[in-house]
Amino acid sequence: MRNTAKRIYVALIILFLYAPIGTLMVLSFNASKTRAKWGGFTFKWYIELFQNEEILRALFNTMLIALLSALAATVIGTVACIAMTGMKRRTKSIMMGITNIPMLNAEIVTGISLMLLYISLGIKFGIGTILLSHITFNIPYVILSVMPRMKQLNPSTYEAALDLGASHLTAFFKVVLPDLLPGILSGFLMAFTMSLDDFIITHFTKGVGVDTLSTKIYTEVKKGIKPEMYALSTLIFVAVLTLLLLINLSPDKKTS
Amino acid sequence: MKSKNKWLSAPYMLWSVVFIIIPLGMILYYGLTDKTGAFTLNNIIAITTAGHAKALRLSILLSLISTLVCFLLGYPLAMILANMKAGRHNFIILIFILPMWMNFLLRTLAWQTLLEKNGVINNVLTFLNLPALKIINTPAAIVLGMVYNFLPFMILPLYNALSKIDRNVINAAHDLGADSVYTFIRIILPLSVPGIISGVTMVFVPALTTFVISALLGGSKLLLIGDVIEQEFTRTSNWHLGSGLSIVLMVFIIINMVLSAVFDKDGEGSML
Repeated sequence: MRNTAKRIYVALIILFLYAPIGTLMVLSFNASKTRAKWGGFTFKWYIELFQNEEILRALFNTMLIALLSALAATVIGTVACIAMTGMKRRTKSIMMGITNIPMLNAEIVTGISLMLLYISLGIKFGIGTILLSHITFNIPYVILSVMPRMKQLNPSTYEAALDLGASHLTAFFKVVLPDLLPGILSGFLMAFTMSLDDFIITHFTKGVGVDTLSTKIYTEVKKGIKPEMYALSTLIFVAVLTLLLLINLSPDKKTS
Repeated sequence: MKSKNKWLSAPYMLWSVVFIIIPLGMILYYGLTDKTGAFTLNNIIAITTAGHAKALRLSILLSLISTLVCFLLGYPLAMILANMKAGRHNFIILIFILPMWMNFLLRTLAWQTLLEKNGVINNVLTFLNLPALKIINTPAAIVLGMVYNFLPFMILPLYNALSKIDRNVINAAHDLGADSVYTFIRIILPLSVPGIISGVTMVFVPALTTFVISALLGGSKLLLIGDVIEQEFTRTSNWHLGSGLSIVLMVFIIINMVLSAVFDKDGEGSML
């Protein structure tokens, strides 16, 4: 009885979180151009999507920025984690404090602070400024995923590798890195997701004429969202869902 | 991995100074000066003008309500999840992160379709002979949008903190005669404080400062402080005033940060 109640509760919350996603998926097959009414089933938005240059360019920008910013953040963040383990407690906690600023600070404040920085440095707004901003707010996610792994690390294995004649680099790549890898991967994935879903910071640091999917949708809100956008989001969501199910379920079966 | 690796921290330190510390300094500079560059407090005092104060009050009220709702919905959920089989950790986190792969503006817009007068929810309610909901373009719709968008940021830290509690401690309390309510109040709740603080921060700050959700679900009449700041930057281009108002927001954020630093020293309530 209690277990049933618990299951219903979990199901209701998940329904709450996924209801809008279901709605968007349904809308992507809606023949009527407005959100308000159902005009019959159609695939035409999926076909038109691939002829819409603007949306495809925004998609390309979004993916490029997400990939590059997640990669850069993963490298900088992982290196920072390694450096922090050798630090004094005091310095380390200052570093972690600074790391937390972009996570705890309001996105609007981060966005305008970066915008003011680029203006005063005279950097031209465009993909580059978006990329720098995304790296900045992505690094904390990487550090927070890698740090716990770092703490679990046994320092003796690294020293043992050195004693057995490995160079510092070999010891790092053969001994330390494999142990950190799960943390690094989840940090990368988290950073990629955050970059992909960001609107506020991109809104303040993008140049005129450069759009990611988020900013494109924002400008479309007033004139009405093009149904191709629903089709694109549905495709992205289903692709990611399939990928994650494949990754998550297959090793699970082996262990249980 | 000893002290000689210290130089490894250089790239990140440099990055933090250039892209975190200096930009915040710039907000302080712009907020405390006028167009001629002279020192002034007017941009900060501007928060007390009727329109701005009203927007700030509404933001604080709505974000407090949203945080409370998120907590009340999220805590039981996190407890249920934390008691589930171990080894499901990654999968549970994924369920709450996955929605972010569909653009957040679109997901929030979808609530319009769901909540509208002739929307999906009202159709279902009419079918069941229940009274229709009239919350679109009201503060209630903004709260719903905030709860919807930020609930995962409450659930994940709570889930993390709760699943770290040693089962033996709870069993010991039961063995010593505590009933489940007493165990909850004296053991589980205090041990989950890092998660609570982190969850509250992660919901309250974005809710307080959001500017899109209100525009999408609250109609055009309800202005939050985030909307005001955004307009100062993108429409009226008064960066000094916008920065001044941001400084006011930062005061709330700093209070929040100090709280989380005090209560969550080891980062136990972190999201991941």
